[in-house]
Amino acid sequence: MAATNQTIEDVRALEADKYEFGFTTNVEQEFAPKGLNEDTVRFISAKKEEPAWMLDWRLEAFARWRTMQEPDWALLRYPPIDYQDAYYYAAPKRKPSLKSLDEIDPEILETYKKLGIPLREQEVLAGVEGAPRVAVDAVFDSVSVVTTFKAELAKAGVIFCPMSEAVREHPDLVRRYLGSVVPTTDNFFATLNSAVFSDGSFVYIPPGVRCPMELSTYFRMNAQGAGQFERTLIIADKGSHVSYLEGCTAPMRDENQLHAAVVELVALEDAEIKYSTVQNWWPGDAQGRGGIYNFVTKRGDCREARAKISWTQVETGSAITWKYPSCILRGDESSGEFYSIAITNGAQQADTGTKMIHLGRNTRSRIISKGIAAGRSNNTYRGLVSAHAKAKGARNFTQCDSLLIGDACGAHTVPYVETRTPHAKFEHEATTTKLSEDQIFYLRSRGLPTDEAVALLVNGFVRDVLQQLPMEFAVEAQKLVAVSLEGSVG
Amino acid sequence: MLEIEALHVEVAGAEILRGLSLHVPAGEVHAIMGPNGAGKSTLAYALAGREGYDVTHGRATLEGADLLALTPEARAARGLFLSFQYPVEIPGLATLAFLRAALNAQRKARGEGEMSSPDFLKLARAKAAALKISPDMLKRPLNVGFSGGEKKRLEVLQMAVLEPRFAILDETDSGLDIDALRVVADGVNALRAPARAMLVITHYQRLLDYIRPDRVHVLAAGRIAHSGGPELALELERSGYDRYGLAPA
Repeated sequence: MAATNQTIEDVRALEADKYEFGFTTNVEQEFAPKGLNEDTVRFISAKKEEPAWMLDWRLEAFARWRTMQEPDWALLRYPPIDYQDAYYYAAPKRKPSLKSLDEIDPEILETYKKLGIPLREQEVLAGVEGAPRVAVDAVFDSVSVVTTFKAELAKAGVIFCPMSEAVREHPDLVRRYLGSVVPTTDNFFATLNSAVFSDGSFVYIPPGVRCPMELSTYFRMNAQGAGQFERTLIIADKGSHVSYLEGCTAPMRDENQLHAAVVELVALEDAEIKYSTVQNWWPGDAQGRGGIYNFVTKRGDCREARAKISWTQVETGSAITWKYPSCILRGDESSGEFYSIAITNGAQQADTGTKMIHLGRNTRSRIISKGIAAGRSNNTYRGLVSAHAKAKGARNFTQCDSLLIGDACGAHTVPYVETRTPHAKFEHEATTTKLSEDQIFYLRSRGLPTDEAVALLVNGFVRDVLQQLPMEFAVEAQKLVAVSLEGSVG
Repeated sequence: MLEIEALHVEVAGAEILRGLSLHVPAGEVHAIMGPNGAGKSTLAYALAGREGYDVTHGRATLEGADLLALTPEARAARGLFLSFQYPVEIPGLATLAFLRAALNAQRKARGEGEMSSPDFLKLARAKAAALKISPDMLKRPLNVGFSGGEKKRLEVLQMAVLEPRFAILDETDSGLDIDALRVVADGVNALRAPARAMLVITHYQRLLDYIRPDRVHVLAAGRIAHSGGPELALELERSGYDRYGLAPA
C-alpha cells in the first residue's frame, strides 16, 4: 500500500476514538462511499440537490479526468496517491466533534494561544461541539450583528453565499462564469475538482458597487467544512470592488489529506478584486509523516479594460503545496499583482508561484515573492511572465527573494519569461540569502532569545508582502511567521 | 563589578586570550588598548557570548553572576551590553520596533512588566534627541544605509535605552569624524554612573580625550601586559605598542 494511504489511515486511526463522541444515528448519510466513479459524482450532485446541467458538467469533467495524467513537473516528491482510496464527500458533521477544548491536542491549543485567537474562536477551529453559534457571537458580539451584516450586503446587492446555494439560487450567473477562467479541462487537479467539488464560496458584486466590508471575518467562520475540494467563484462586475480573505491563521484540524481547490476570479471593466490567503494546514511531523497535500488552481481573469486583480498569499502549512495563483491580463490596461510569502520547515515541500499572462495592450503586472526554507524542506518559486503578440506596452516587475535557514534546506527559483512582442518590458530581480549568524548574534546580544531574533529577522524579510494583507490579518500573519519557524535555529 | 580571572579563549582552534585577568569596579571606566590582533575584540565577543569564541579556562562574573554559563540574551538581561565595532544591518526591521522588542525582552527576562507603547515612545524619543538622532532615522530599518557615524550613535542610543550595568565599547571611534566622535563621546559620558561601569576598547588615544578612563590597560599577546592611570594612554600614543609586542608565552 502506498505510504500516502498508510498515512491517511494512520490519521484516521489516531482520531478514531474521538469520532465516537460526535456521531449520530444518521452518520451513514454523511459519507459518499469510498472511491471515485460516476456514482460518486452523482451522489455528490444529488446530495447538493443540483440541477441536471450541473451534474452533466461534473460528469463531463469526470470523463475527462479519467484520461488525464497527474503532472510531475513540479519539484515535489511524494508517494503515488491512490485516488480510489479516499472519501470524496463528507459533510462537516463527519469532523470529530468534541465536548470541550480539554479534548484537543495541547500543542494545537498552545499555537492558538501564541496567535492570540480568542477562546470561543478556538473552539470553532478545533471543532468543539456546539461551538459555531457561540463563536459567531464571540466574533461579532451577537447574532443580530450577523443579521445586520447580511442585510447590509443584500442592500448593496452583493451576493455572498455557499457555491451549492448559488447553483440553485443564481443558476444564470453560475452557468455563465463557472469554468470560464479555469475550464474543466484545465489540469489534472482542477478537472478532479470540477467533478467532485463539495462546496466553496460564491461572490457577485454588482456594477459600480464597492463591497461595504472585507469578505473575510464572515468567511472565517463559514470556511468550516468547505471540505477538501473547494470551489470558489468571485465575479466583480463593471466598476466594482471587493476584498476577500480566505483561510485562517490557526492550524485547522482536518482529516482529509488530499486537497484540490479551484478558485476563479472574474473582473470586468474597471473592477478590482483583492484576494488574500493565509494557509496554515497541518504540515505533517518533522519526519514528513502525514500532512496535507495541497494542489490548488487559482486564476483570475481581468476580462475587460482596466480591471485589476491582486493575489496575496501567506503559505506556512501543508506537507505539499502546488499552487500558482495567476492573472490573465486580457483587458487593455488591466493589471495583476502577486504577493507571496511561502515558508517551509521540517520536511515540507512547496512549489509555488504565479503566472502573469499579458494579452491586452499596456497591461501591467507585479510579482513579489518571498520564500523561506528551514529544516530539511524544499521551497521552489515557479513563475511565468508572458506577453502575447498584441500585448504592446506590457510591463512586468518581478522580485523573487529566498531566505535559507540552516544548511539542510533548499530554495529554488524557476522563472519563465516569454514574449512575442518587442514592445514589452519585463524586469526580474532575484536574491538568495542565508539567515546570518551575525544578525542573530547581534539581536541576541540585545536580549532577544533566538526564536524571537529569527522571527524579527524573517518578518523583516517578508515585510513588503505582509503590508499587502488586510490590517486585521497582518498582525496574526506576522505571529504565524514566527510560530512556523520556532526552533529552526539553535 | 566585572571580574575576569585567567581567561583563555580559543577561536577556530587558535588560542587568542592566554590568561587574561581584569577587574572593573562599579562607577569606573577602564580602557583597553593594544596593537591589532592582540585579542581586544575577542575579549568583547567572549564576554558577550558569541558562538565560536570558546572559553577553555578561567572565569568571568558580572556582579557575582557567572557570565560564561549564560546565553548571550541572558547576559544582556543581566546588564551586559556590547557596542559593536561593526553594527549589523537588518533589512525590514524598523529601528524603533527593534529597540522596543529588545527592551521588553530584557524586562521580561528580569521578571519586570513590559513597557507600554506611549511610555516607550517618550523614552526613546527623548534619548534619541539627546544623541541628535532624528525621529525619521528611528523609522528606518536597523542600521541599513546608515553612515558610520549614524551606526555608532545608534549603538549609544541602544545603550541609553537598555541602561546596562556594564557596557563594552568595541572600537567605538572607528570610522568617526571628529564631530561624530564628540556626539558619541558625550552620549557615553552621560551614561557614566556610580552603579555602572564601562570597558572602552580602542586602538587610538584619540577617543580617550573625550571619554576619560579611570584606568588604562595594555592588551598584548592575549593578556594584560601593563596597567596604569589615564596618563598611560598618552604615553602609548608617543611610544607605540612595540615594547609590549612580546612573543607569545
